[in-house]
Amino acid sequence: MKSALRSLIDESVTIIREVAAEFERPAMLFSGGKDSVVMLHLAVRAFSPSRVPFPVMHIDTGHNFAEVIEFRDRTVRALDVQLIVGSVQASIDAGRMQDATGPRASRNPLQTVTLLDSIKEHKFDAVFGGARRDEERARAKERVYSHRDAFGQWDPKTQRPELWGIYNGRHKPGEHFRIFPISNWTELDIWQFVADYNIDLPSIYYAHRREVFRRDNMWMAVSPFMKPEEGETVSEELVRFRTVGDATCTAAIESSATTIEQVIAETSVARITERGATRADDRISEAGMEDRKKLGYF
Amino acid sequence: MERLHFATVGSVDDGKSTLIGRLLYDSKSIFEDQLEHIEAVSKRRGDDYVDLSLLTDGLRAEREQGITIDVAYRYFATPKRSFIIADCPGHIQYTRNMITGASNADLAIVLVDARTGVVEQTRRHSLLVSLLGVPHLVICVNKMDLVDYDVDVFNKIRDEFESFASRLDLRDVTFLPISALAGDNVVSRSANMPWFEGSTLLHHLENVYTASDDNRIDTRFPVQYVIRPQRADTPDYRGYAGRVAGGVLRVGDDIMVLPSGLTSTITGIDSPDGPMTQAEPGQAVTILLADDLSITRGDMLCRPNNRPRASQELEAMLCWMDDAAPLQLDKIYTVKHTTKLARGKVSNVLYRLDISNLHRETEIKELKFNEIGRVTLHTTSPLFFDDYHQNRTTGSFILVDESSGQTAAAGMLLSPRS
Repeated sequence: MKSALRSLIDESVTIIREVAAEFERPAMLFSGGKDSVVMLHLAVRAFSPSRVPFPVMHIDTGHNFAEVIEFRDRTVRALDVQLIVGSVQASIDAGRMQDATGPRASRNPLQTVTLLDSIKEHKFDAVFGGARRDEERARAKERVYSHRDAFGQWDPKTQRPELWGIYNGRHKPGEHFRIFPISNWTELDIWQFVADYNIDLPSIYYAHRREVFRRDNMWMAVSPFMKPEEGETVSEELVRFRTVGDATCTAAIESSATTIEQVIAETSVARITERGATRADDRISEAGMEDRKKLGYF
Repeated sequence: MERLHFATVGSVDDGKSTLIGRLLYDSKSIFEDQLEHIEAVSKRRGDDYVDLSLLTDGLRAEREQGITIDVAYRYFATPKRSFIIADCPGHIQYTRNMITGASNADLAIVLVDARTGVVEQTRRHSLLVSLLGVPHLVICVNKMDLVDYDVDVFNKIRDEFESFASRLDLRDVTFLPISALAGDNVVSRSANMPWFEGSTLLHHLENVYTASDDNRIDTRFPVQYVIRPQRADTPDYRGYAGRVAGGVLRVGDDIMVLPSGLTSTITGIDSPDGPMTQAEPGQAVTILLADDLSITRGDMLCRPNNRPRASQELEAMLCWMDDAAPLQLDKIYTVKHTTKLARGKVSNVLYRLDISNLHRETEIKELKFNEIGRVTLHTTSPLFFDDYHQNRTTGSFILVDESSGQTAAAGMLLSPRS
């Protein structure tokens, strides 16, 4: 009897090992968000009892939830992996780009520059990302091995067909691949894994009281980088985060789920997708994600 | 809970998107924000109805042209099973995508319009399903509401299909009369077709028996990665990681390593869940052996008395996928087969298959984009393989164009014709 979760784990572990075997310098993106946490735990299991044979990389916008950074550092220590931080602030200081300004400024799109610079600096030829196809329309079309040209661009029209379990990672110098080993997982699969394997997550995934204000029909957390505008009133609500990204574009949802079991119960009856409920960055346009991915975004 | 991976094949005109929309909607797998989004886009475009194809047509180019270009993956679950849908475009020029979507599928759904019956496209899709060895096929005769739910229409289409399909290698074919638009026999039974005694589509998907689809007889374990921790607490650990391609491996089993021919005994099996006593097809595990042998990526473990074929001269069905360059005889390509890389060249096209009528055309010197042919392939080192119809993993390979890096072709290894 093949359990659905076990077959997902088998597929993901196989992809992670294949990349470690075929590429010279892989790295795994790690933000402290639940998808990247699950992906990292799969990598640990893929090579056990050896150490994970590649570093993890965090592209840090500097606009973080403090709980997530604390969690990130604790996790890489516990799992004995090497952490590389690509800093958006450092890219701005080096004049690689200008900081986003204005009341609704977000550094989210700026991450692409830092990501591509970091890939080049460390000569990475394969970068694992924790994207899932159920998250978003453009991601539903992306391959597990996703080719990026010398500019880091994704071209959806020339994607290589991907058959059986055979992946084609051939590339020219300067090009790289984004690898998505958990493409076929759903939000609920992620939570089932967290429950079954007792995976530690940042505390903000569970219900807590927090100062928030209403913007675009979403609850935004008050932080040094995120202040209410005139007419937006701050209140303290019982909330949790369904996704964790840059603090300026990730919204909270009202929730009283304080345990994994309660989160699973809540997720199974959710009527809104996780990105739809919480991500301001996807609301830019109908093809917001596709356009950002073409430029080299995660 | 189990997982079923199925492919849907057909064009928008057949009602494929409507059918997927119906399955997702009735199983409560469409979210409110997704529905609001496609309602808004449909309205802005001036459509009279909500276009459910917008759910899967995620790329800008697809929305602009109103067609499906690429395989899209959708996910839904019922209390009995969880499902991955590979939604494949049905246009003639997108054979490449259909092959991609169906290569991993446990089951394929081919839609037939009740008003037009079996058409060339139905034959083409069914042939590809047969060629790719998809174990289960469901022929959905759709739009039954437009033919007054007439049993004779359904029976005629079934007979027509069966007479054609007798020439194909289809193991399990199920016929269902449905209306995706009205919901007949998709999730709930149709009151309009009391003459139909079979199950609904969803019931069939939840219950189709897949446990015997894997090859559990012929033990095949392509070595993917050697795990040798350089740490003090595990000085002697040496494990061979990979995914079981066939058969069942048990602790205590005698095994043989190919190509060396050396033998040993399995002393342990590690997995992402910890140690286990046996490993089944599809599982990612690490095999520990009693003897210290030289084993590297690309080698294969099997049983001493049940070995795969080994040859440098192979026969294969080749589906050409590179739209920029056709197959050139004697040009060298990279061959990727299980975890093994070799180089190889096609020395001969035995015939090209006309997939609309199964005719074999001989005297062919090249294969162009979306063409399928039986070829002779020579490789620089022996491949350890089984006939594709015995094992979809050890029987499949891809050709990579060494200059462009493109996946040029998908191949299925076959026993040479006697």
